[in-house]
Amino acid sequence: MTHLAVALDGAGWHPAAWRLPSARPSDLFTAAYWADLVREAERGKLDFVTIEDGLGPRSPEGRTDRVEGRLDAVLIAARVAPLTSRIGLVPTATVTHTEPFHISKAIATLDYVSTGRAGWRVQVSARPEEAAHFGRRTLPALDEVGVKELFDEAADYVEVVRRLWDSWEDDAEIRDAATGRFIDRDKLHYIDFDGKYFSVKGPSITPRPPQGQPLVTALAHADIPYAFAAGSADLVHVTPADADDAKRIVAKVDSLPHVFADLVVFLEDTEQAARDAKARLDELDGSAYTSDSVIFTGTPAQLADLLLSWEQAGITGFRLRPGRLPADLEAITRGLVPELQARGAFRRDYEATTLRGLLGLPRPANRYRQEAPVA
Amino acid sequence: MPKQIHLAAHFPGVNNTTVWSDPEAGSHIEFASFVKLAQTAERAKFDFFFLAEGLRLREQGGKIYDLDVVGRPDTFTVLAALAAVTTHLGLAGTINSTFNEPYEVARQFASLDHLSAGRAAWNVVTSWDAFTGENFRRGGFLAEKDRYSRATQFLDTAKELFASWPADAVAASPSEGVFLRDASAGTFAHRDDHFDIAGRFNVPRSPQGRPVILQAGDSDAGREFAAATADAIFSRHGTLAEGQAFYADVKGRLAKYGRERDELLVLPAATFVLGDTEDEAQERARIVRRQQVSGATAIKFLEQLWNRDLSAYDPDGPLPEIDPDVSDDHIARGRASVRMHRDPIAVANEWRARAEAEKLSIRELIIEVTGRQSFIGTPSSVAASVNELVQADASDGFILVPHVTPGGLDEFADRVVPLLQERGVFRTEYAGPTLRDHLGLKAPR
Repeated sequence: MTHLAVALDGAGWHPAAWRLPSARPSDLFTAAYWADLVREAERGKLDFVTIEDGLGPRSPEGRTDRVEGRLDAVLIAARVAPLTSRIGLVPTATVTHTEPFHISKAIATLDYVSTGRAGWRVQVSARPEEAAHFGRRTLPALDEVGVKELFDEAADYVEVVRRLWDSWEDDAEIRDAATGRFIDRDKLHYIDFDGKYFSVKGPSITPRPPQGQPLVTALAHADIPYAFAAGSADLVHVTPADADDAKRIVAKVDSLPHVFADLVVFLEDTEQAARDAKARLDELDGSAYTSDSVIFTGTPAQLADLLLSWEQAGITGFRLRPGRLPADLEAITRGLVPELQARGAFRRDYEATTLRGLLGLPRPANRYRQEAPVA
Repeated sequence: MPKQIHLAAHFPGVNNTTVWSDPEAGSHIEFASFVKLAQTAERAKFDFFFLAEGLRLREQGGKIYDLDVVGRPDTFTVLAALAAVTTHLGLAGTINSTFNEPYEVARQFASLDHLSAGRAAWNVVTSWDAFTGENFRRGGFLAEKDRYSRATQFLDTAKELFASWPADAVAASPSEGVFLRDASAGTFAHRDDHFDIAGRFNVPRSPQGRPVILQAGDSDAGREFAAATADAIFSRHGTLAEGQAFYADVKGRLAKYGRERDELLVLPAATFVLGDTEDEAQERARIVRRQQVSGATAIKFLEQLWNRDLSAYDPDGPLPEIDPDVSDDHIARGRASVRMHRDPIAVANEWRARAEAEKLSIRELIIEVTGRQSFIGTPSSVAASVNELVQADASDGFILVPHVTPGGLDEFADRVVPLLQERGVFRTEYAGPTLRDHLGLKAPR
């Protein structure tokens, strides 16, 4: 069985997608827009949606013919959580300029408000203009040493977030009337993290979230981020060029239970129509859209063929980036999904109530749990 | 038309006002509890829902304090989720200006304001303690004397960011091929003692322009900060005389900032206990106070003043004869109240004298000297008291703190609010969609 996610961003991944009659460019900053998209993804029984984010403008060069501005992704996810019931919600949040204590409780709380459907896509920021919005640090030069430093810091950050999620044991709240104690403080733990970049004491102010450890994902394109993902994430998003490339990448991250391939998709009833659709957008934008991932133009059935061939290379799921929203999302849920279901390759209904459950991941034991001594 | 009352619902806090041992008490962390209280407040046409925050678990005697409710959600995340299950209710969050950065907080509040269609409010608080700082990258970096200057500059910076997109910057016009009318939308540069930042803010102007600003500090610096910058002040002065003095004081500070008296609302925190008769209400209030102050809690309160381990004392016995330890190293950490007792020995002497005169045990004394309920009575007498305080300019309304989660507001909503509505002093329908509309505040300048 394959797993499917969609990556939601603005009016779609093509910079001119907002100009189509089917787009909703005036609604991009409303709750209704995001709720409609995520509900559509849930109708398609997708595993999860990711929501892109960043701490700066989309186009620093200041173009006025492209979408600019975005809402905080964690808050979008929280806003749609009560309106959905099964789909996973994976907002992007940057580690480089933020506090692990805040992100830990934000994702834990997303897990509470979604009753176990939260994840977090970890993002490292190497953009100098984002650093200038915080005024607290100068980023290292982006040579191998500097990149390594940013990802080492990210690894420490994820470690802190994970320890904070475990800093309350599941049964710490006791409400013991006899002693007047609300909690058993022996089941709350200082995390005492002291690393090269920061130290954090703990425990969290938020109890352990429903999934224990919400899903952590990361997008990776090179060896340093592959190593980071393999050590820190539960799921890595990768961008293979073809099935052979997928095989090569999977070998680098094979300790992870899930390797999802990213593809930008433009889906139409014929291959020619899909190509024409992208070409028309390229013309509107004034340049041919390129991407770090494969750009697929074709029919849902052709896409199904491609995905299943990549699965043979060890890819466990796909994060599809709709070129146009909501059009390509609907083509995924109403075209690709039935196609995969007909081939017995995708679920017909949700089989679990948590995101970890949908991905076949167990609820992890708490790292601080002391087993009772055996008598 | 008589002066209109404003009401807010405070989610029960992590302190001993909240009675977790009540048979009706539910979860303090499950989202369903937040939904229940928020929907009750909205059904009763309250102005807003309020969440407090503390960024480190409280400790006493070097151990995590375990007698009160412990644990709370992330403020922004739970408020954004509540926006999905309410339509008019304001959503107010307490966010610290010391352990956050303006760019991030401004985009979170602007996002919340978009996602709630204009219902966000920010209670700006400051702290400085190294104890809380241990949970953050920068540690305890701020001196106590600098906390209001950082808060002021933080808020000024955030306001610049909120205003950095012209209201009509987003054209989103496919026919013209123009998404942004103004290529420089969001551009900012801010430099002061605490911040040196520049670039482009990435959230378009939100429905309210900026969130409603609340402020809760009571010191002279805190009052001045509120008069200069806040839309509402969350005070602790709920009685007639104290309330009037505070009200006159902060409203009197507005003129020097070129502000009108109605541009800053005074909203004291208030608790309540209702009964069918006055006697029944008093009896219920007495029971609630005993639930709030167990023997163990009474000893812990006493330790906060004495600054000593008093665990050997009997809560049903007399007060300690030994004097408080007045050294700096304080036994209780992570509490707003810790520095309340400026002269511990004088307070201890006062408490001992009172306990002796009234024949009070430690527990009975603590019940008397801490947190008596603000309003105790029948629905009709409570409605009358609430209204009297507002009409007498002791406040513009109240932030109500129920003592039971999540149903603690039900009785007030069902029995007191209709009486206020009958008197014509509280709305029967929301007049507009935004929190600014509910509070009668003008668009930000």
